[in-house]
Amino acid sequence: METLMAFVVGGLFAAAIYMMLRRSIVKLVIGLILLSNGANLLLFTQAGMLRGAPPLVPLGATQPEGVVADPLAQALILTAIVIGFGVLAFAVVLIHRAYEVVEADDMDQMKDTDT
Amino acid sequence: MRPEVALPVVLPLLFGAISLALWRYRTAQRVIGVLGTGTLLAAAVWLLLATWRDGVLVMHMGNWQAPFGIVLVSDLLGAIMVVLAAISGLATAVYSLTAISKRHEHYGYYPLLHLLLAGVNGAFLTGDIFNMYVWFEVMLVASFALLILGGERAQMEGAIKYVTLNLVSSAIFLSGIGLLYGLTGTLNMADIADKLADVEDTGLITVIAMMFLVSFGIKAGAFPFFFWLPASYHTPQVAVSALFAALLTKVGVYALFRVFTLIFTQDVGYTHEILLWVAGATMLTGVLGAAAQYEFRRILSFHIISQIGYMIMGLALFTPLALVGGVFYIMHHIIVKANLFLVSGLVYRLKGTYELKELGGMYRSHPILGLLFLVPALSLAGIPPLSGFFAKFILIRAGVEAESWWIVFVALLVGLLTLYSMIKIWAEVFWKAQPEEHANRPAPGPKGTGVMYGTIAVMAAMTVFIGFGAQPIYLIAEQAAHQLLDPQIYIDAVLGDRS
Amino acid sequence: MTRELNIQSLILRSASQLLLPLLLMFSIFLLLRGHDEPGGGFIAGLVAASAIALHMFAQDIHQAKRVLYADPRDLVGWGLVFGVISGVPAIFKGQAFFTSQWLEFTMPILGKIKVGTPLIFDIGVYLVVVGSVLLILLTLAEAED
Repeated sequence: METLMAFVVGGLFAAAIYMMLRRSIVKLVIGLILLSNGANLLLFTQAGMLRGAPPLVPLGATQPEGVVADPLAQALILTAIVIGFGVLAFAVVLIHRAYEVVEADDMDQMKDTDT
Repeated sequence: MRPEVALPVVLPLLFGAISLALWRYRTAQRVIGVLGTGTLLAAAVWLLLATWRDGVLVMHMGNWQAPFGIVLVSDLLGAIMVVLAAISGLATAVYSLTAISKRHEHYGYYPLLHLLLAGVNGAFLTGDIFNMYVWFEVMLVASFALLILGGERAQMEGAIKYVTLNLVSSAIFLSGIGLLYGLTGTLNMADIADKLADVEDTGLITVIAMMFLVSFGIKAGAFPFFFWLPASYHTPQVAVSALFAALLTKVGVYALFRVFTLIFTQDVGYTHEILLWVAGATMLTGVLGAAAQYEFRRILSFHIISQIGYMIMGLALFTPLALVGGVFYIMHHIIVKANLFLVSGLVYRLKGTYELKELGGMYRSHPILGLLFLVPALSLAGIPPLSGFFAKFILIRAGVEAESWWIVFVALLVGLLTLYSMIKIWAEVFWKAQPEEHANRPAPGPKGTGVMYGTIAVMAAMTVFIGFGAQPIYLIAEQAAHQLLDPQIYIDAVLGDRS
Repeated sequence: MTRELNIQSLILRSASQLLLPLLLMFSIFLLLRGHDEPGGGFIAGLVAASAIALHMFAQDIHQAKRVLYADPRDLVGWGLVFGVISGVPAIFKGQAFFTSQWLEFTMPILGKIKVGTPLIFDIGVYLVVVGSVLLILLTLAEAED
C-alpha cells in the first residue's frame, strides 16, 4: 500500500508542476491545489498505513489494545488541509481580482513588475 | 512556569483580535496599533532579559509535556529575533499613522499588522516543527492580504508570484516534515535532534535537509529562489514594504539557522558547503541586480537579497565566530533595511515618485532627510563606526580564520558594490539637481511628515547605537551563538535532563 | 455583469426555509457536545456557514445577510477575542497558557454541569469559522453581481 501511495504522491507532484508551468493562472491554481494535496498525502503515508485499526481507547482502559493507526499524522493533515483550504480560497479570490484588473488569463501579460 | 515566553505571541493575537472586532472605528484601531506594538516591545525586552539571565526558557502550552505537547522555547536567538520584530513592528505602526491612507485602514490594515507579528513571533519561539509550519502560514496569509491592500495592478501581479512561490515553499516544507516524522516519529525539534543521532541512514537525512534548505531558501530569498522578492516587494504600501523587508525573509533565515544548527548537523561537510555556495551566489546576484535598477524600492529589494547572503555565510562557515557574525548581521540588518524603506516612503511623500531619474535636489531642500538617509545607507555598505561595519568585520574575520578565501573575497567585493549602490541613490536623489520636467510632480505633500521623520531618526539613532555600543551587542550575539553551537543546551531545556 | 445568483426552484426555496433553523440548531448541538464526543467548534461552524450559504443560494445575498445579522468581519474579530481570552485564566493560576480550567456546578433539572475554558475556545473557533467562510463567500458573490 505504501509503495502504491508513493507513486500516487509522485504523480500528484508531477501533475502539479506540469500545471504550474502552464501560462494560464487558473491552471496555476489547480497546480497549487494538487501540490498541497500531494504534500498532505505524503505526510499521511509516512505515518504508516494500517487497515481497520482505529486508535480508540476502550472504556475504562488507559491505552488502546494492540497495534493501532497513528492518530497524530491524521491530526496533522487535518490541520494542513484546513490551512490549505484557507490559503487556496485566498488564491482564488486573488486570481479573480487579478483577472479583473489585467483582463487576461495569461501569465505572459503579467511581467510588468519583473524588470 | 514562565508566562513571558508566550506573551510575544499572545499579545499581538489579542490586540489583532480586538482591532478586528473594532474594525469600524478608525481611531481605536490606530491607538491599538501603537499601543499593541509598544506593549509587544516591552514584553519582548522582558523576554530577552529573562532569557539572558536564566538561560533557555520553555513553556509547555496547555500543560502538555514535551515531546507530546507543543512547546514554546525561547533561546537567545529566538528572543533577539522577537525583540527585533517588535522594534520594526512599533516603527511601522507609528510610521503608518500618517503613511497609510484612510481607505487602506478601512480594509483592515492594523488587524493584519498584528496578525503578521503574531505569526512571525510564533515562528521564532515555537519548539515544534509542525507548529512552525502553522505559524509560517499565519504569517503568509497576513502578508498576502497586506501585499494586495489597495488592489492596484502591479500589486496583483506581484502578489501572484509571491503567493505561488510561497505556497510551493510551504508544500516542500510540509513534505520535509512528513519525511522527518516518518524517520523519527516525533515533531518536537529537540526530540528530533535527539532521535536523529541514532538514525543510520544519513543519506536520507541529507535529502530531507536539502528539502528544508529549498523551502526556507525560497522564504529567505536565497539564490536561486529569490526572483519573487524583487518582483513583489516594491508594490505594496511603503510601510508594508518596510515591515516585509525587515521581517519576512529573516523568518526564513531564522528557520535555516534553527534547523541547520539543531537538527541537520550530521554531515556538516556536505550541507554547510552547499550553504556556503548559496551564500556567495546570493550576495553576488543580489548586489548585481541592484546595480542595474533605477527605482528606489527595487534597489533596496535587491539589497535585501545580497544581505541575506551574508547571514547565510555566517551559518555556513559554522564556526563560533561566524555564527556570532551571522546573528550580529541579522540584528543590524533588520533595523537598517526597515529604515531605508521608511526613507524611500518619505521621499515619495515629498516628491511623488520613486524613480531615481526623476528625483533630485533633495539635499538642498531637505538636508536633515539627507543626513538621516546617509546613516543607514553607509551602515548597509559597512562604513565604520556604524553597525554594518562590525557585522561585516566579524563575518570576514571568521572567513579568514576558516581560510575560506573565495567567500571573503566575495563578501568584500559585495560590500564595495553595496557602497556603489548607496552612493548612486545619494547622488541621484539628494545631490544632483532635479530634472526640470519633473520638478512639479504632484506629491502627497509634507503634511504630517513629522511622525515619519521621528521614526526614521529613532531607527537611525539605533544604528549608530549598535555601532558605538557594539561590545554589549557582541556579547549577546556571542552567547546566542554559543547556544546554537551546543544543541544539547536546547535539548536539555526542552526535554529536561534525562541522564 | 448581471447574473441571477438565485436558482428559481420552488423545492429548494421551500426546503431552505425549513432547513435553515434546523441546521443552525444542529450546529449549536454539535458545538456543545464537542468536548468528549465527535463535534466541536470547527465542524459546527462549517455546518452553520453552509446553512447560511444554502440560504444564499436559495434566496439571495440580501436575505442571507439579514439572517446572518452581524457583519462577518465582526464575527471573525470577536471569535478571535474569545479564542485568545480562553487561554488567559490559566496564567492567573500560575499555570501554562491555555491550560484548561473547569467549573463544576449542579443545576435543578439539568443535573451536574461542567463548564470550562475549552468551551469558550470552541465558541471562538465557531465564530471565526462562520465569519471567515461567509466573508469569502459573500465577497465572491458580491463580486459576481
